[in-house]
Amino acid sequence: MSDDGRRSAPHRFLIHRRADHVGVATSDIEAGERVVGVYMDDDSTIEVEARGAIPLGHKIAVEALEPEGEVLEYGVRIGRAPGGLAVGDYVHTHNIKSARW
Amino acid sequence: MAGELYAYRREDGRVGVRNHVAILPFDDLANAAAEVVAGHVKGALALPHAYGRLQYGADLDLHFRTMIGTGANPNVAACLVIGIEENWTRRVADGIAATGKPVAWFSIEGHGDLEIVRRASWKAKELVQWASELRRESVELSDLTVSIKCGESDTTTGLGSCPTVGVVVDRLVDAGATVFFGETPELTGGERLVAERMATPELREAFTAMYDAYVAEIEASGADLLGSQPTQGNIAGGLSTIEEKALGNIEKTGTKEIVGVLGPAQAPNGRRGLHFMDSSSAAAEHITLMAAGGAVVHLFPTGQGNVIGNPIEPVVKVTANPKTAASMSEHIDTDVSGLLSRELTLPQAGDRLMGDLVRTCNGRLTAAEALGHREFVMTRLYRSA
Repeated sequence: MSDDGRRSAPHRFLIHRRADHVGVATSDIEAGERVVGVYMDDDSTIEVEARGAIPLGHKIAVEALEPEGEVLEYGVRIGRAPGGLAVGDYVHTHNIKSARW
Repeated sequence: MAGELYAYRREDGRVGVRNHVAILPFDDLANAAAEVVAGHVKGALALPHAYGRLQYGADLDLHFRTMIGTGANPNVAACLVIGIEENWTRRVADGIAATGKPVAWFSIEGHGDLEIVRRASWKAKELVQWASELRRESVELSDLTVSIKCGESDTTTGLGSCPTVGVVVDRLVDAGATVFFGETPELTGGERLVAERMATPELREAFTAMYDAYVAEIEASGADLLGSQPTQGNIAGGLSTIEEKALGNIEKTGTKEIVGVLGPAQAPNGRRGLHFMDSSSAAAEHITLMAAGGAVVHLFPTGQGNVIGNPIEPVVKVTANPKTAASMSEHIDTDVSGLLSRELTLPQAGDRLMGDLVRTCNGRLTAAEALGHREFVMTRLYRSA
C-alpha cells in the first residue's frame, strides 16, 4: 500500500472509507490486472491484483477476511463473508450475504 | 445560488412549478370518462389508476389522502374529480377545494359516461383557459417542496449520484426548503443512522415504530428477498446485499437533522426542513405518495437507468454511471459520471444538479416529461373487501 496520495496510474476503483474491506470498480477490470484504488476520505491509494474479472460498479476486496467475517463498506457492515475473502477477490452475492434478510 | 426561480403561487400560499388542470378519477370505473375528457380538451391531464372500490379502513383513508393530496398539489392549477358514486367523489373534491383552487366534481351513476363527458369537458375547457392566463412569479428556494428517491441503484449511486443529491438536499434545507425522503424497508442496514438524525426522541420513536412495522410485515411473508430487494437490476449493477443498497440510498439524504416523520401521502403541515415519509421503495408508488404530500419536484439518482416519471411532479434523473449516461442518455437530465473518474468534485456535481433543478422549476421539461412518463400508482395497504 502506498500512502503518498500520488497516483502512478489512473485509479480503477474507489473505496469509501479507510476502514472498508471492499472498493468499487470505476471501470471494467480484467482478472490478473494490477490496479490502483483511491480512498475517498483521505485520497490515499492502494494497489491490488484482481483475482477475478470485476465489471464497473462491482466490488474488489482490499482486505482479507476470515470465514463468517463482517464486510465493511461506508465504514458500516454490509453483510458477512461465509467463506472469507482474499485481497483482490471479486466480491458479490456468491461470497457475501446479507446479515439482515 | 443557481439562478432566479419563477413559479406559480397558489391560493393557499404554496408554490408549484407546473400548471396542470388535472382530471382525477376517484375510482377505476371513472378512468374512461377522465381519459376522454383529457383527450377533448388540450392541456387537461387525466390521472388514471386501478383502485378506489370496496376499500376500507386505513387503506381507504390512504386512498382519500392520496386523491386529495394529488389534486391539492401546487403543480395542479385546477382539478376535476370524476367517480362512479356521488358521496366519495364529492368528498375528494371538497378536500381539494379547501386549498382555494377551482374544483368541480361529477358522478357517473344515474347519468352515464356520455353525459358526464359532456359536462366535464365544458368545465375542463373553462379551467384550462383560466389556468393558461396564470403567470409565474419570483419565488424563493424556501418555497419549494422537493422529494428524493433513487432507482435501479447500483454502486455508482452510492459513490456519485446519491452524494450529489445529498449536497443539494443540504443546500435546500439550509435555504429553508422542505425535503421528503422515504423508502422505509430500503433503509435496512442503515436505519440506526437515520434514527440518530431525528430531531427529537418522539420523532425517533415514531420512525422506529414505522420501520419495525414495515420490516415485520416483510419478514412475516417468509420470502427470500434477494432478487426483489435488492432487485435483479441492483445485483447486475454490483449491489450484493440490502445493507449495501441502503447505505448508498441514505447518502442522498445529506447530513441535516430530520424534523418530521410523515405517514404515506401526509403533508408536513407547514413545517420546513428534512422529513421522512413512510413509503415503499417502488418508484411509481413512492413518487405518487410524495406528490400527494405536496412535493413539486423530485430528484432521482439512478445507476442502471430507471425511466420513471410522474404526471404532476417533474422527476430529474441524475446518474454517475458512465455506461448508463451513454447508453440511456435520453433519460438522464444530469450526468455526474465525472465523479467516478475524479474529474468532477462533489461540490461541482452539486452545482450542476442545483442548476438543473432550478431550470426544471422554471419550466424546462425533464427527460421523463418529454418522453411522456406518467407513472401514477396508488399504494394499497391490503386487499379490497
